Amino acid sequence: MLFKPISQNFNDFVIDRDKERCINCEVCVRQCSYEAHFWDDARQCVMHDNTKCVGCHRCEALCPTGCLTIKKNPADFRDNALWTPTYMKHIYKQGDTGGILLSGMGSPSAKPIYWDNLQLDASQVTNPSIDPLREPMELRTYLGSKPDKVEVEETPEGPRLKTKIGPQIKLEYPMMFSAMSFGSINFNLHKAMAMAATELGIVYNTGEGGLHPTLYKYGANTIVQVASGRFGVHKDYLNAGAAIEIKVGQGAKPGIGGHLPGEKIDEEVSKTRMVPVGSDAISPAPHHDIYSIEDLLQLIYALKEATEYRVPVSVKIAAVHNAPAIASGIVRAGADIVVLDGFRGGTGAAPTMIRDNVGIPVELALAQVDNRLRDEGIRNWASLVVAGGTRCSADVIKAIALGADAVYIATSALVAVGCTLCGRCYTGKCPWGIATNEARLKKRQNPEIAAKRLTNLVKAWGHEIQEMLGGMGLNSIESLRGNRDKLRGIGLNEVELDILGVKHAGR
Amino acid sequence: MKAPSNFWNFEKDISGCGVFGVIDKQKNLINGTMPINAMCTMHDRGNGLGGGFAAYGIYPDRADEYAFHLMCDDQAALDRAENTIKEYFEISVSEPIPTRKVLSVKNPPLMWRFFVTPKERRPKWEELSEQDYIVSVIMLINQNGGAFVFSSGKNMGAFKGVGFPEDIADFFRLDEYSAYIWTGHNRFPTNTPGWWGGAHPFTILDWAIVHNGEISSYGINRRYLCQHDYLCTMMTDTEVVAYLLDLLIRKHGLSYEMASKVFAPPFWDEIDRMGAEDRKVYEALRMVYGSGCLNGPFAILVTDPNTMMGLNDRAKLRPLVIAEKDSMVFMSSEESSIREVCPELDRVWAPKAGEPVIVKVEA
Repeated sequence: MLFKPISQNFNDFVIDRDKERCINCEVCVRQCSYEAHFWDDARQCVMHDNTKCVGCHRCEALCPTGCLTIKKNPADFRDNALWTPTYMKHIYKQGDTGGILLSGMGSPSAKPIYWDNLQLDASQVTNPSIDPLREPMELRTYLGSKPDKVEVEETPEGPRLKTKIGPQIKLEYPMMFSAMSFGSINFNLHKAMAMAATELGIVYNTGEGGLHPTLYKYGANTIVQVASGRFGVHKDYLNAGAAIEIKVGQGAKPGIGGHLPGEKIDEEVSKTRMVPVGSDAISPAPHHDIYSIEDLLQLIYALKEATEYRVPVSVKIAAVHNAPAIASGIVRAGADIVVLDGFRGGTGAAPTMIRDNVGIPVELALAQVDNRLRDEGIRNWASLVVAGGTRCSADVIKAIALGADAVYIATSALVAVGCTLCGRCYTGKCPWGIATNEARLKKRQNPEIAAKRLTNLVKAWGHEIQEMLGGMGLNSIESLRGNRDKLRGIGLNEVELDILGVKHAGR
Repeated sequence: MKAPSNFWNFEKDISGCGVFGVIDKQKNLINGTMPINAMCTMHDRGNGLGGGFAAYGIYPDRADEYAFHLMCDDQAALDRAENTIKEYFEISVSEPIPTRKVLSVKNPPLMWRFFVTPKERRPKWEELSEQDYIVSVIMLINQNGGAFVFSSGKNMGAFKGVGFPEDIADFFRLDEYSAYIWTGHNRFPTNTPGWWGGAHPFTILDWAIVHNGEISSYGINRRYLCQHDYLCTMMTDTEVVAYLLDLLIRKHGLSYEMASKVFAPPFWDEIDRMGAEDRKVYEALRMVYGSGCLNGPFAILVTDPNTMMGLNDRAKLRPLVIAEKDSMVFMSSEESSIREVCPELDRVWAPKAGEPVIVKVEA
């Protein structure tokens, strides 16, 4: 019998401590919430236990002498193309526990990333590129249902609008902070997102965990989410935001609900979610009042009634095989915004098998949904937003060229405040103070500093988008939206090109 | 309409150009030699791969009938087109478009014109308005291949082809026509071998458009139009402009002024500074018609039987000069071309970026 489970023998990371530089200051001991570092009384020095290391790099980042390096465990199994260490370790774990494998953050699997196979265009000679430092370069975007046409009455005082335009979300950048519930991440980051969104003129999404009372003042820059668990949903909450989002599915875990472990539910989370402290908050897989599209229609209109038609209603689905038909139904059911969440979208916790094997790349879903809505002549009726795995401004601009109105970013927002994608969000012990509600850990995120970093990120991407847009000879984002002529595929086959609706480079 | 398969796989036409237009507000007729001479002055703005003219008021005897100008690859294509036209229209005149042999114009297609009225009992599309019906038939003929309807208005016509505008004018004997509105175009395509149908003006129904520029938003403009049942078959920017005008002005009932604000919308910071009522209008136009914005450098002249409009893109990346003399208004890429045909002018100015100049006939 082994003295500890097999799964712990084959640890993923090793901690390399340069003993000459280590001053035994114990910063690493205090920083590591997984207790990989500890004070060894017998030896009178700091020691570590590699098996506990999750590879978050917190100790490495904070070590005052730079004596720590976190490395992948070099211990090799015999080479086997089929049985890679990942799969073996999964099995060791399941042999230990009999449970479902759990993961945090989006799928790391090596599946095609279509963003990387798309190249943008630039102007040469026949039309001038535009320099955003000298000329206006417009990114403003309105999300919501638009009528098919505008009626204007010419009066002696000037033109007067006769058409009534439904409620819209006004965005100064075609980006939003995606749904991360209060509970899955802590209050400090919710506040930071609210502050950053307000500063930037964009919106953030509350996720399914309700809205903390002190954040209601940021309502104009908030999308309030209604998910299957209905956590924290009440009339004031619905009326607090600039829009309501019905979360039907999440890219990281299509087809299943959510599970916020009781460890993450403290007093504040409990009050906001309206669930008891320490109890698991479980969102059912489906909405139990939506078993079909006509039920969705009823929920959409129930929410519109509850808010007196003042705010747009968004419906978020995971990108799955029949996304175009589903999206068409959603638009016809009265949604003002459709969100497609790809399988690379982040999560606080998802069953590993589902995260890595369910759903389709959002690039393909986006292209097909945009086509479908245009083919049916209903593209104006709803805005299209994509989420899930946009890593940089180029991904954002490619999404827009494929047909998205705006992009949700979440993982990149977390990376901006320190996340290293160690993928252990579900433990509630995030050493970076992100996916944790432990007082000692969450104070590692200062809302003001985090807000500044989020603001910087979106502004930086905004500048880059402006540069690329100007390079293509365009000076407003709406002229890029759905303009796939500005994209070319590289290394894609005929079918992929046809699905994406782009020509191959060289053509 | 559902986008046809492979809709994304197209090659867009890229060209630079010179444009000229003149309108007489009193509807006094102007002989074709004036626009021809004006275009000659701007010879260097083209490369001999496209020239053309549009003229209003040229068929006064048949002003109530639609004048279809067709270019056909061969007699068989013309016969096919004629059969289609017969099916949907009553033909009152079927004749060749008068041309003369010109050395520099090589291998011209077969040029034919029909004066038609829609059949009382339509074989199809009974529910459409008369104009939509005509557009539908034209789309049908143009998609069938071989024959191409390049002009379809009443009491007006387009004349265009591969060559310098002065050669095309010579070919079509335009010195024998007089009109109260003329537009001319000289083309500098960079990626097409020169197709007769690809020359300007582009017309549909009574609209005619000449255009200098490259519309960088083409990809989305084209998809937007497809949603509204316009199938862009010619891969030119100008076709997009024509269909958008038809959609915005004829179908959606916007004024020229408002349509021009769709093409060249005010910047958001300008809109933010407007009064509440104006702001609502311009905000709505940009929200709803964002996909119709013509982004990229352009100067266009748009004409219908009562109007000539000149418009620049909102950053004024292409030249456009306006001049007035008595009841005539000129619009051109170059002042020199106006001075060539009318040395003494009452007023000359360059309109601001995105600000339309709209001239209506008064007679």
